[in-house]
Amino acid sequence: MPDVPRPPVKDWATDFDHTHPDYAANAPAILAELRETCPVAHTDRFGGAWLPTRHDDVARIAKDHEHFSSQGIIITDWRPEEPAPMGYAPPITSDPPFHAIARRFLLEFFSPKAIDGWEETARTTCRELIAQIKESGEEVVDVATAYAQHIPVRVIADMLDLPREDGDKFRVFIHRILEEPGQNTVDDWGETLDFYLQEKIAERRENLGDDLMSYLIKADIEGMALLDEHVRGTIALLIIAGIDTTWSALGSSLWHLAQNPDHRRRWTEDPAVQPFAIEEFLRFYAPVTMARLVAKDVEIGGCPMHVGDWTLLSFPAANRDPDAFERADEFIIDRQRNRHSAFGLGIHRCIGSNLARMELRVALEEWMAAFPDFELADPDAVTWSTGQVRGPRRMPFRLPH
Amino acid sequence: MKIKYDRDACQGHNRCYMLAPELFDTDDEGYAILLVDGEIPSELEEKARLAADNCPEFAIEVIDD
Repeated sequence: MPDVPRPPVKDWATDFDHTHPDYAANAPAILAELRETCPVAHTDRFGGAWLPTRHDDVARIAKDHEHFSSQGIIITDWRPEEPAPMGYAPPITSDPPFHAIARRFLLEFFSPKAIDGWEETARTTCRELIAQIKESGEEVVDVATAYAQHIPVRVIADMLDLPREDGDKFRVFIHRILEEPGQNTVDDWGETLDFYLQEKIAERRENLGDDLMSYLIKADIEGMALLDEHVRGTIALLIIAGIDTTWSALGSSLWHLAQNPDHRRRWTEDPAVQPFAIEEFLRFYAPVTMARLVAKDVEIGGCPMHVGDWTLLSFPAANRDPDAFERADEFIIDRQRNRHSAFGLGIHRCIGSNLARMELRVALEEWMAAFPDFELADPDAVTWSTGQVRGPRRMPFRLPH
Repeated sequence: MKIKYDRDACQGHNRCYMLAPELFDTDDEGYAILLVDGEIPSELEEKARLAADNCPEFAIEVIDD
């Protein structure tokens, strides 16, 4: 929990707080109302931040690197100190032209064909988790923690050749960084993600393999080895960005299926609908909201954004804009036209999108094969994460065994 | 029907490759490669439209004759 409870939000148009539990519980309704009444909301919290909710505004900001910098992508009360153009976690915190260099040598690890090679790891993980749930014989199971959260952790640990048992540590780091940004103080350097990675990278330097961490250690930019902080930042990014996000998308998809027996039936009886259903889950429950720092004064939707202001990039809001999607507020399981931006837009398109999509598909396939029918044990017991990644964190299901 | 594909707009979302692998491949970095030069075979027209309609970057356009 945060050190200090967040003050109540007086008015979402002028005092929004996406790290408040009320936002976590009600984000879609809040975003929809803002789009109608105040499409570029503002708050004085975090030292000043904006929240545009129209698809066109979100797309414009995502593609404008002159006025908006990625040096800060998670809104905190302070401004990031890591210098542009690299930032803390390249390439997500990098701006052009360095961004393209830092991104390019990662791309081959995350192409659809490279990701095919990890499908078996994901599937085995899912089957092991389901076997454990079945063996437990429990009628009520928290599927967010017993199933969804483990799948991305194991795959990214294997990609980096880090111990799977360290997954619990990853989740603590991620919780601090994403869900309660700037609201925790960690006194012990030995308990930080940076310290953990420093140790692991030093060990790996002595024992290089063909994993992604070794590759980064060996990589060079025009003959120069990457800076230590570059290697560390990119690995931190892969751990932070790949876990909470996929966990959230999978959790939301299962939450939806738990409440919609007709969609469960359609999934099982009509496999051709599955690829469309997955994209609709991603559109409707897009877990990730990014942020930018205003680098040059600019006007968006008639609102004056000034240098140093934050702006959220709400892909969840963009994905439910009726100007961009027909029947935007309805979940249409076989939606044929679906240009959703769950993985962002422009040059910062989520580099792990193929991995995330594969994990989501495999985890849903395996879950639905094992449990074609299930329901929420208690809808009020479901809790949602705060901050810029939104998904269920407690989600008790009643399972027929 | 023809397809116009804008490589500069493509950001490697891979939606076209998933929906229409007969028409799009991906390169080693995950960017799309248009496989068909010229006229789209009529049995693939629906897939071409799907690819165009689902590209988040509007990088694909179908041009009806």
